[in-house]
Amino acid sequence: MAKEMDKRIIGDFVENGVDFVTSVPCKQLAGVIEVLDRTPAIKHVPSNKEDEGMGLCAGAYMGGMRPAIFMQNTALGVVVNTLATLIQFYQIPLPMLISYRGEVGEPVACQVEMALHTKAILNQLHIPTYHFHRPEDADELPGILNHTRMCSKPVAILTDASFWRDAT
Amino acid sequence: MIRHDLLKTLIPVISDQLVVCNIGAPSQELHSLDDQPTNFYMLGTMGLASSIGFGLALAQDKPVISIDGDGSVLTNLATLSTIANNPRDNFILLIVDNGSYGSTGDQPTYAGRRTSLAAVARACGCETVIEVAAEDTPQALADALAAKRMTVIVSKCDSGNVQVPVITMNPITIRERFMAAVAE
Ligand SMILES: [Mg+2]
Repeated sequence: MAKEMDKRIIGDFVENGVDFVTSVPCKQLAGVIEVLDRTPAIKHVPSNKEDEGMGLCAGAYMGGMRPAIFMQNTALGVVVNTLATLIQFYQIPLPMLISYRGEVGEPVACQVEMALHTKAILNQLHIPTYHFHRPEDADELPGILNHTRMCSKPVAILTDASFWRDAT
Repeated sequence: MIRHDLLKTLIPVISDQLVVCNIGAPSQELHSLDDQPTNFYMLGTMGLASSIGFGLALAQDKPVISIDGDGSVLTNLATLSTIANNPRDNFILLIVDNGSYGSTGDQPTYAGRRTSLAAVARACGCETVIEVAAEDTPQALADALAAKRMTVIVSKCDSGNVQVPVITMNPITIRERFMAAVAE
């Protein structure tokens, strides 16, 4: 069941002009994806794996759309090459709304393993990274989306368990 | 017929079309045969030619041809299910199937052994899938463009490369030139 926060996030994407989203689901993003699927202003094309999804985003961008990808942080283990040789090399603006699994509140121990590498990978790739820990952190989303467009880079928005727990 | 010669016979059909071309030898060969602003050359990211081309086809109405390889499709097999489940009649996936990893020294792929990429595409739900000999590919591609129907073409050709230079064009130049051609 979608929360106000899910609607607000999708509303910010729409407001910013994002009209193409690909996703690989995460439990924490279930509400956002639910809202996405009833938002006609955004074409939602689910992908099977996040590198494939970034390929779709690159193509959609070159076709004149404004893409974004919704995914889990574990996917950073999949997309390093795609980020470096496609999204960064060809300078494609790409907001990445990322479920930051493995932080405090996480019930699944294995998720902590990739949480430990998440910011390190993003830092190594010089990807602007924003961490939403409290619901009010989401106030920054419109600015982050503008920033992504301005600098033509992939940008990571990490949303952790505390953020989703406290969001209404 | 090897891929280079196949690409040469395709030029009259694809020269004015939007083409997303696979990394390595295919892009280098296409670039040396017929460099066009309507060509998007992949300089990296093996496996994503179909995804990039399909994203482009979803975003606008001009026909898009992704020229992919058997090894590259094998690395991103799930792309066939994404394409099948979101059909776009302006999209053609041309898989140049030479049964080998051409850009890395012609090591055999599984597509040259027991795996049929045409059968995989059909199993994924792609409705129009044709397998043709290299010699028959220009006609098959022209027919697919004329039919205005999403088509996957598996073109069986021989393994082998010719010596062509690497692409030194800047990636931003490739992208901006291509985007201008898309928007034209
Ligand atoms: Mg091959």
